[in-house]
Amino acid sequence: MSEVSEKTNRLVGRNSARRPLELAIKALLFACAGVAILTTIGIVFSLIFETLRFFGRVHFLDFLFGLHWSPQSAFEGAGSTGSDVDNSIVFGAIPLFAGTLLITLVAMCVAAPIGLMSAIYLSDYAHPKFRKVAKPILEILAGVPTVVYGFFAALTVAPAIRGFGENLGLTVSSESALAAGLVMGIMIIPFVSSLSDDVINAVPQSLRDGSAGMGATKSETIRKVVLPAALPGIVSAMMLAISRAVGETMIVVMAAGLAANLTINPLEAVTTVTVQIVTLLVGDQEFDSAKTLAAFALGLTLFFITLTLNFIALRVVNKYREQYD
Amino acid sequence: MSATKTQSNDTNTAKIACSDVHVFYADKEAIKGVDLNIKEKQVTALIGPSGCGKSTFLRCINRMNDTIDICRVTGNIQLDGQDIYAPEVNVVDLRADVGMVFQKPNPFPKSIFENVAYGPRIHGLASSKADMANIVEQSLIRAGLWEEVKDRLDQPGTGLSGGQQQRLCIARAIAVSPSVILMDEPCSALDPIATSIVEELIDELRQNYTIVIVTHSMQQAARVSQETAFFHLGEIVETGATEEIFTNPKDPRTESYITGRIG
Amino acid sequence: MTDMSNTPEGAARKKRTAKRYAAEKRFEYIGLAAVLSAALFLVILLWTIVGNALPALTYNYVKIPIDLTTEKLTAENAGSFDYRKIVRNGIYEAVPGVKGRKDRKKLRGLVSSGAAVELRSEVSENPQWIGTKQDIYLPLSDTADLYLKNLMGDITRPEAERKFSDIEIKWTDQLKEQGKIESRFNSIFFTHGASREPEMAGIWGAVVGSFLTLLVTLVLSVPVGVGAAIYLEEFAPKNKLTGFIEININNLAAVPSIVFGLLGLGFFLNGVYLGWFTLGGGFPRSAAITGGIVLALMTLPTVIIASRAAIKSVPPSIREAALGIGASKVQATFHHVLPLAMPGILTGTIIGMAGALGETAPLLLIGMVAFIVDIPGGFTEPATVLPVQIFMWADFPEIGFQQKTAAAILILLCFLIAMNAIAVWLRNKFERRW
Ligand SMILES: Nc1ncnc2c1ncn2[C@@H]1O[C@H](COP(=O)(O)OP(=O)(O)OP(=O)(O)O)[C@@H](O)[C@H]1O
Ligand SMILES: [Mg+2]
Repeated sequence: MSEVSEKTNRLVGRNSARRPLELAIKALLFACAGVAILTTIGIVFSLIFETLRFFGRVHFLDFLFGLHWSPQSAFEGAGSTGSDVDNSIVFGAIPLFAGTLLITLVAMCVAAPIGLMSAIYLSDYAHPKFRKVAKPILEILAGVPTVVYGFFAALTVAPAIRGFGENLGLTVSSESALAAGLVMGIMIIPFVSSLSDDVINAVPQSLRDGSAGMGATKSETIRKVVLPAALPGIVSAMMLAISRAVGETMIVVMAAGLAANLTINPLEAVTTVTVQIVTLLVGDQEFDSAKTLAAFALGLTLFFITLTLNFIALRVVNKYREQYD
Repeated sequence: MSATKTQSNDTNTAKIACSDVHVFYADKEAIKGVDLNIKEKQVTALIGPSGCGKSTFLRCINRMNDTIDICRVTGNIQLDGQDIYAPEVNVVDLRADVGMVFQKPNPFPKSIFENVAYGPRIHGLASSKADMANIVEQSLIRAGLWEEVKDRLDQPGTGLSGGQQQRLCIARAIAVSPSVILMDEPCSALDPIATSIVEELIDELRQNYTIVIVTHSMQQAARVSQETAFFHLGEIVETGATEEIFTNPKDPRTESYITGRIG
Repeated sequence: MTDMSNTPEGAARKKRTAKRYAAEKRFEYIGLAAVLSAALFLVILLWTIVGNALPALTYNYVKIPIDLTTEKLTAENAGSFDYRKIVRNGIYEAVPGVKGRKDRKKLRGLVSSGAAVELRSEVSENPQWIGTKQDIYLPLSDTADLYLKNLMGDITRPEAERKFSDIEIKWTDQLKEQGKIESRFNSIFFTHGASREPEMAGIWGAVVGSFLTLLVTLVLSVPVGVGAAIYLEEFAPKNKLTGFIEININNLAAVPSIVFGLLGLGFFLNGVYLGWFTLGGGFPRSAAITGGIVLALMTLPTVIIASRAAIKSVPPSIREAALGIGASKVQATFHHVLPLAMPGILTGTIIGMAGALGETAPLLLIGMVAFIVDIPGGFTEPATVLPVQIFMWADFPEIGFQQKTAAAILILLCFLIAMNAIAVWLRNKFERRW
């Protein structure tokens, strides 16, 4: 009897001695994980708070669908609340969305084929030694800070494109969407290739064997079996890449324009959402002006777009992974 | 192709002649000098304990081993008197002539029709849409799957049952009209009923095709094959008529394997 | 199979096979071209940077006679004395015979306006020079330096179109012939803070700023990130909240960096708005601490994801072994799992820090773009960081700054390469295959 109770006592005693400390540690760890949520909440709130104040001055439909963007002409100062009409005309964000889209399109035209083909070549064709050299090179491209790409775009690529275009008799802006998009495309190549590499490798070997066993060449197997099977994954890889391009800031700040032209000609200068956020906020600003608040409205739009793209893409990828597990 | 098929009715002709075949995975020798003649329009079973190199040997016959970087094959394998490892041989044509069915059914994630049409399409065997439809139908009929799928040809091949999937893979293989079909444990992922259907199918296919099958089931080897080769540690220990091997094995290792003492 | 080429059917097939092989080769070459073009882009990028940066690593100095015999200069005031006149007289002596106010002004402009400051620090270090005459090397002006490096562009253009006139060219050539000009390692660039004068502008302030900022980021993001990873991998119950946190972290990792800048700014603005703190007082926006906090939030998802992967790769048998001898879950985690996961966590951390080091946009928004001359001495002092410095210099029109920008990029890239090299080394050294 006494022996038993002694034993249980020992068990209980040990456990209870450890418990408070362990609980505290667990609570601390949970708090760490909570910081991630707090960050998101912080982002959402700081964006929404300022955006609502902005929409108090400019109607959100005027902002989302307005065709004219020239915040520098926004009327500021003492009587600015009485000048809503004016501000509505100058805060139409469509040219920014169009410009962002145009540069993203140029970037994807570079990054999608080069990234995808690189991934295919490196995973299915390249000699292991070649692969060992080439993969780090792609990773270096991903590690170069974007401010460096911006410098490169403004210093080298834009003048080169301009010179080339002028030789052909074209008028090319020195801040052309083409230059910014091209360099952004280079930046995104490694992103596309590593994501594609993942999804291509997730296609089971048995499918490749099945195709090869029927006498398909490697490229036939890739084009007709592997890529169709990997299509959902590749689509979501492209979506993640697009979200990257849309949110990219430094390249466009340094190499794209400030003027909000509504055009689809990549040789002209366009501006983007991120460029305008930076322009509106950098330097001396009045903290309460419509201009400052407009930047937050743009930020919220950007956050929403990238979040949606990522959310869908991650879901598709996960579904797709499950399919082959 | 057509010439080879009408060549001879003599079932004793060696369709495939292998001599002194060695296979290395990097430095490891998986096949250590195998000689084997595979007779035309017969089912040859390859049996032996796990890891003895049956799959490896089978994959030599249509050069699937080429897809493994570290794999090296030496020796001589002749198909209708032509060395298949000769430089002038196109591996693509070879595999059209020597089809393969894998252990696990591996239909492409496409429709049933597209699965079967895939081979004829890449090899350019159909001259028209109607022609293609005909090839697909004939292949599915031969694979004994037509009745079950004729109403849902546009549905994904991955939606079929395991046994149906495996027959789809067989249909896919015969759609390019090979003369040889290699099967690597084609029934190991199937239940007994599906297995017996596939076995019957193999027996029928024997009329038109030379079949080499790897199996772990002694009963299956006995049921479907006419010839048997027993592999052990990368070598062939014994080969001959299936009946002969199962009733009167000459080598003690064969005997202990088929009676269940090695394996 | 052997004799099929003799039949018409076989011949057609042979042709088709040849065509398919051609397509195969074509496909392979397209793939190779894709990889090579990516590599080519990198080469062009690095080539441009290095090509522009190299001239900035050296600077041309001119040897001029310096007269330190004036009585006003004593050992006590050597560190605060105004040396401008002394430098001026020195250059007049080095290029004798220049008359006229205008020409003399031009001649004075041949030495850097920062030369007096340089001289001051030299004299303070060598007080024994006071009262003597010395030949001292002082930095040339930015334009003269560019001329000597052949970076002036076409000097045969009409004089009015150039920044460097004929007479300045003559003097410079003359000094060079006399052997009085020497190209030296550009120590100013590596020791000074920012400046409007290209020849006086240095990167050291930004390097220190980056270091301080990164330190803040590291101290904040690593403990929190690793803690979160441990919680999610080892302790979190499989419920909705955990799932939500996970989705949250994955999405946070993909939020554009500029949004983190908006978060920082929004916090700041609202803080002012709600009266938490006042503008200009106390908490400077362009301080290492502010930037570090924003970058820490941005880096957090990277650290969490990398740490989780590292923790996940520790096999369950290790945990079971520890639990089996009576260790608690917390003990098993901190005594056994965490040490084994450490190399992976470190690698992920370094890569996250490298990303933070190269980040610009959020810092622009929170206001770390101020023009800061002094080297920051602490976390709350005004500071700038390398990428922001690069961004600001890239905007300056002087050609001299173009080289400075490239040189600053080169330094930034060197830091990044070093960090990544350490990460790769760690990975290779401690990589374990279970
Ligand atoms: N891709 C490979 N790389 C390296 N070694 C391999 C590879 N494939 C097979 N081997 C080795 O070659 C030997 C023969 O393998 P093989 O798959 O041919 O055996 P098997 O007889 O088919 O076995 P099982 O009955 O289990 O399928 C084995 O020792 C195996 O480890
Ligand atoms: Mg096998």
